[in-house]
This record gives sequence, C-alpha cells and structure tokens, in this order.
Amino acid sequence: MAIMHWLSSLPNFSAYGTPGYLLVLLIALIPLGIGLYCGKRFDWYEVIISALFLFVMFDGANAPQMISLIGYVIYQTIIVTWYYHYRQQHNQSWVFYLVTLLTLIPLIIVKVSPAMVGHDSLLGFMGISYMTFRATGTVIETRDGMVKDFSWWTFVRFMLFMPTITSGPIDRYRRFAKDYKKVPDREKYMGLVQKGIKYLFLGLLYNFIIDHFFGAVWLPAAEAQAMQYAPHMSWWVVAVMYLYGMHLFFNFAGYSLFAIAFSYFMGVEAPMNFNKPFKSKNIKEFWNRWHMSLSFWFRDYIFMRFVFMATKKKWFKNRNVLSAIAYILDMTIMGFWHGVTWYYILYGFLHGIALAVCDWWGRFKRKHLKKMPHNKITNAIAIFVTFNFVMLTFLLFSGFLNTLWFKGARLL
Amino acid sequence: MEEDIKNILADATGRDAADFADNSQDLFESGLMDSMATVSFLLALQDKYDINVPVSEFDRSEWNTIDKIVGKVKELQND
Repeated sequence: MAIMHWLSSLPNFSAYGTPGYLLVLLIALIPLGIGLYCGKRFDWYEVIISALFLFVMFDGANAPQMISLIGYVIYQTIIVTWYYHYRQQHNQSWVFYLVTLLTLIPLIIVKVSPAMVGHDSLLGFMGISYMTFRATGTVIETRDGMVKDFSWWTFVRFMLFMPTITSGPIDRYRRFAKDYKKVPDREKYMGLVQKGIKYLFLGLLYNFIIDHFFGAVWLPAAEAQAMQYAPHMSWWVVAVMYLYGMHLFFNFAGYSLFAIAFSYFMGVEAPMNFNKPFKSKNIKEFWNRWHMSLSFWFRDYIFMRFVFMATKKKWFKNRNVLSAIAYILDMTIMGFWHGVTWYYILYGFLHGIALAVCDWWGRFKRKHLKKMPHNKITNAIAIFVTFNFVMLTFLLFSGFLNTLWFKGARLL
Repeated sequence: MEEDIKNILADATGRDAADFADNSQDLFESGLMDSMATVSFLLALQDKYDINVPVSEFDRSEWNTIDKIVGKVKELQND
C-alpha cells in the first residue's frame, strides 16, 4: 500500500495542539472572515481549508484513521439521507429503531472491542463519539418531523465541521444548518468575532498556562508519589484527585473554547460547553454547567424520551421511582459511552444515583424542612459538597485507581 | 387559560400553584421546572389542549416563563 506508506510519512498536527497551530489556523481563516464581513460565505475556500486541516490531523501516525473516518462519514450520510427520504412518506417505529441502531453500531464496535478482544478496533478514529451523537441526533429529529429541508452535503459539512470535529461541542443538525445557510449580518458577525477573540485568549490561558501546571507538571509528580505506595492508598491519591479534576476542567474547557472561537470566526454559533461548573450548588446544576452539549444531548435524546414513553405507557406507578430510574439509566449509558471499563461505568452510575438523591433531597426539604435557612453558609456548604463529590468521581473517571490498584505492581 | 397552565405546572412539578404567582420568572433558572417536570407538562398539554410538542422541539428558552408558555399554547392552538 504505497499510499498508506506515503500518508504515514507526512507530518501530523493535532487540533489546537500548540499556539503555533492556532496562529496558522487563524491566518488561514482570514479570507473567510473578510468574506463574512462583506456578507459572503466563500464556500469552496472553506471546504479546501477544512479538508487541509482535517488531512493533517489524520495523516502521519494517524493515517489508518483517515480511511476509517472517510468510510464512516459515507456510511452515516447514506443512512441518514435514506431515513430522511423514507420519513417523508412513512413513519414506522421499527424502521426508526433500526436506523438509530445502524448509526450507533460503528461506535458500539469501537467501544466494546478493547474489552472484548483486548485491542482497539480498526474502525475507530478521533472524534467518532462526537460524530455519532451528531448522526444519531439528526435521525431522532428527523423522526420527530423537525428536520424539514435536509441536504446530504450540509450533513457532510455538519459531520466534518473542522473546529469541533474531534472533541465537540456537539451541535445539532437543525441549528447548524440554520447558521450555515445564511451569512450573519455585519454587526452580528463582528459580535461573534469579538466573543471569539475573548474565548481564544481564555482558551490560551486555560490550556497552555494553567493546564501546563496542573496537567503537565503537578499531576504527573503527584501520580508518581502515589504510585510509590501502590497498590495501597496514600494522601497523594487525594492530591491526584484534585489535580486531575483541575486538569480535566482546564484542558477540556480550554479546548472547547478554541473550538467555539474558531466556529464563531467561521460564522457558526457552536453551543457553549462549560459555564463555571465548580460553583454548582447541587449535582443537577453541575450537569447544566459541565460538558453541556453532551449532557443536554443525553437529557433531550435519552432521559426525556425515556420518561415520555414510560409516562405515556404507564410503566411505573410512582413518578419519583421513574425519575430515579431514568437518571440512573441516562448516566450509566453515558458511562458506557466513555468506554467499557469498570471505572467509566461506575462513574456514570454514581452520577445517576447522585441526581436521584438530589431530587429526593429537594422533595424532602420542601416537605419536612420548610424552616431550613438559606444563606451564604448553606450555599457554601452545598458548593463544597457538590465540588468534592465531583472530584471524587473524576478520580474514578481518570482511571488512576485502576492503575494504582491493579497495574501498580507491574509498573514497579 | 393562565390559571389552567399554572395548575398544570403545579401538577407537573409537585409544587403549589402559589409558587407560580410570578408570570415572568424563569421557571428553569429558579429550579421549579426540570426535564422530568417538562415531560409531565408536555403530556398534560397534549391531553388538555390537544397540542403536540415533540420533546426535540422543546426549546427551554422559548418556554421558560408563564407568559411565554401562554403565548406558545395560544400560537399552537391556532395552527
């Protein structure tokens, strides 16, 4: 395979990996920005630039992924386009479920493979999870009759929208298509550029300065200390917990800010992903502030649809039981989506339980603790409890405990 | 209609109708409404007014106050 050999020999640039990458991308987008400023979308320029940046993300060491990515996009486009045309005439439930399953199958194979056969599936590539959300979401909205003028080309652009391809935020087809088909007026576009610049600088601060300390300096040092005691626990594990939590936030929020900033520059208002999550007073509020595009996806397409069906078909007598089951189901599926390992699944399950407890506590308080004070101190306690619960679950999520308990001996 | 909507909301959220006195307060920000209550609310709208709002059509920012809800329901009834 001469072509694979050639692809593998090319230099690879991961998205937003270095400040230099951001600068080059920014310069490449200038003509597009001038076009938008003048009320025009230079479609072909955008296609070429996007293709170029996608190419260097998936060449070199990632070359095998490029083939998977192309195959995946063709596969999903055929399915979603077919379903859209089918849905104009018919609306059978089993077809909807089958099509939904078909859009999920590549991701399921990729997620289950490591646990089943012990190595990563060849079908996998960076961003497959996020692209699956986009495809499946489009099918669900089509089922609801909400997608009115579908075009396969817009769908391909939506799937491959370069700023958000590998790590979100997860947009919705209808929202994306609306932005895409029109050019924002000048005032609106300048507002987007202004906000984009702010996010870009905030992202630089988060990713390259703050996270440099949390993620690249302090966390590895604390992990190394904690591993000295493996497989036993030590206070270093507590340090790992907080440092990892901070690293996760600044790394991911910073990355999301870059993605949103570049979307804005391209005249597309990608949804926000984080909104000061650590000032949440309870876990429900936390999920309205943390990785929002993911949690809203789960809320709209899994939680609410499940509750809707269960209520309509009267599966449960008690509403509180239903909501508890729906929370646990929703979050456990989210855990599985992160990967089929005990710590991801437990992470999701614990958040499901926490959401159910949070609901129960709200009801209990309204019923029995009407006189409970609400002031700065109770607020501070609520924020403290929420923050520490989240940090504890992030420690699980990090997989560090898995390394410490089960792989520590091998590393030493 | 406003009173009916308030009763539906009270029912859907398990609160008192008195909690919904303010027509312009944000029902989601204030914690009165959540996704669970939204579903009960949409199903009740279906029963009472025979209007169908799919879950994927429900945009919180268009339904977050009593004033907006009343407006939306009237609009959907006229369709």
